[in-house]
Amino acid sequence: MILPLTVEAASFVAGGRTIIDRLTAEIVAGPSTIILGANGAGKSVLMRLMHGLLVPAAGTISWTGENAARRQAMVFQRPVLLRRTAIANVIYALKLAHVPSRERGPLALEALESVGLASLARRPARALSGGEQQRLALARAWALHPEVLFLDEPTASLDPTSTREIERVIQAFDAAGTKIIMATHNLGQARRLGDEVLFLHQGRLVERAPVEEFFLRPASPEAAAFIKGELPWV
Amino acid sequence: MDSLSQAASQALALVASGDATLGAIVLLSLEVSLAAVALATLLGLPLGAALAVGRFPGRRALVVLLNALMGLPPVVVGLIVYLMLSRAGPLGELGLLFTPRAMVVAQTILVLPIIAALCRQAVEDAWAEYEEQLRSLGASGVTAALTLVWDIRFSLVTAVLAGLGRASAEVGAVMIVGGNIDGVTRVMTTTIALETSKGDLPLALALGLILILLVIALNAAAAYVKDAAQRRYG
Repeated sequence: MILPLTVEAASFVAGGRTIIDRLTAEIVAGPSTIILGANGAGKSVLMRLMHGLLVPAAGTISWTGENAARRQAMVFQRPVLLRRTAIANVIYALKLAHVPSRERGPLALEALESVGLASLARRPARALSGGEQQRLALARAWALHPEVLFLDEPTASLDPTSTREIERVIQAFDAAGTKIIMATHNLGQARRLGDEVLFLHQGRLVERAPVEEFFLRPASPEAAAFIKGELPWV
Repeated sequence: MDSLSQAASQALALVASGDATLGAIVLLSLEVSLAAVALATLLGLPLGAALAVGRFPGRRALVVLLNALMGLPPVVVGLIVYLMLSRAGPLGELGLLFTPRAMVVAQTILVLPIIAALCRQAVEDAWAEYEEQLRSLGASGVTAALTLVWDIRFSLVTAVLAGLGRASAEVGAVMIVGGNIDGVTRVMTTTIALETSKGDLPLALALGLILILLVIALNAAAAYVKDAAQRRYG
């Protein structure tokens, strides 16, 4: 197990602007973690720091076990798929993960089945619809059986039907024991999929609470203003 | 006007008759230019990809230099290769001057920057899109570069074709290092230049016609390949 993940006074600066400001948090196995915050609060950057795509300017980010990079996966807002068939995209990921070539085909097919894309396995990935492409990105992550799955606003550019399908797959990941760490703008989605909320404001961790408590009784004025802004009718 | 139409009809007759001299000249042109482009592709694609993905001191300067070299004047390349290969030159021992091989060398030098620079641009654009996803999947360095080049292979056809267009159309370099020797190093462009100055317009025009048709055919083929690939792979 590569969790808990310890973020210790981590900062990230880009173009002279502090994006993440001395942030400390421990992420443990189990509850699905939702990262909330306004645009520019640093949600995406924080996840990229955790995933190792960015290096903190100060502070540390440390996983527990060996070989942590190989045991996590990330799904981006806009899926990046290679110009090959759907199944070949999954097989490519398995190859990079050093899965023996005999096992790649069956594993890839199983992953496509789990997201409901088995019938489109031989279709060119880039010819799939936006929702299908995102499901394929999830299948690619699924095949790797990650211990931690990062999701950066995975449904931000999708219609409600596709969003529901994506959420079902995310719940399947959770049921299979994968730790979910997700940034989202969709507060309904946060409540449906999340167990705890990390609320960021201007690069700082302002509040951390169980989902229901966060929405009912936000402890910080920033979080209260954010919820009010996103759900003005509440 | 009359002499032009006369020359044109004679040129068409020459093409239709399948004149042996004409055929030999066309064949040598193709051999030289295709060999040069093949060599330049072999060297240029990895060079371009490495420049696109690599991060090392002096990279910016190298990119600027490479772009500048796209506009190398053929006569200057011819002159330099001539000096290298001439009997007193550092490579004079090889006895390559005034052979088709010397022409291949000169055209390779001429075309290499074009293919490398266009490949660099294409790979760099793709890298901006793919980088995070590929790094997340654990691909880096050579693996990532190869994946990129393969994924945009149909765009790279355009780069190779630009090189072929340059090689088959240039006259300065092959004239100087080949010497335009009848039956040995005489190619389409050098023949056109020579025959025009001698006043043998039908032969010059016939070669010009073939040259243009070849270029159009090549471009049409490339466009077809690209369209078909676009439909198939997205």
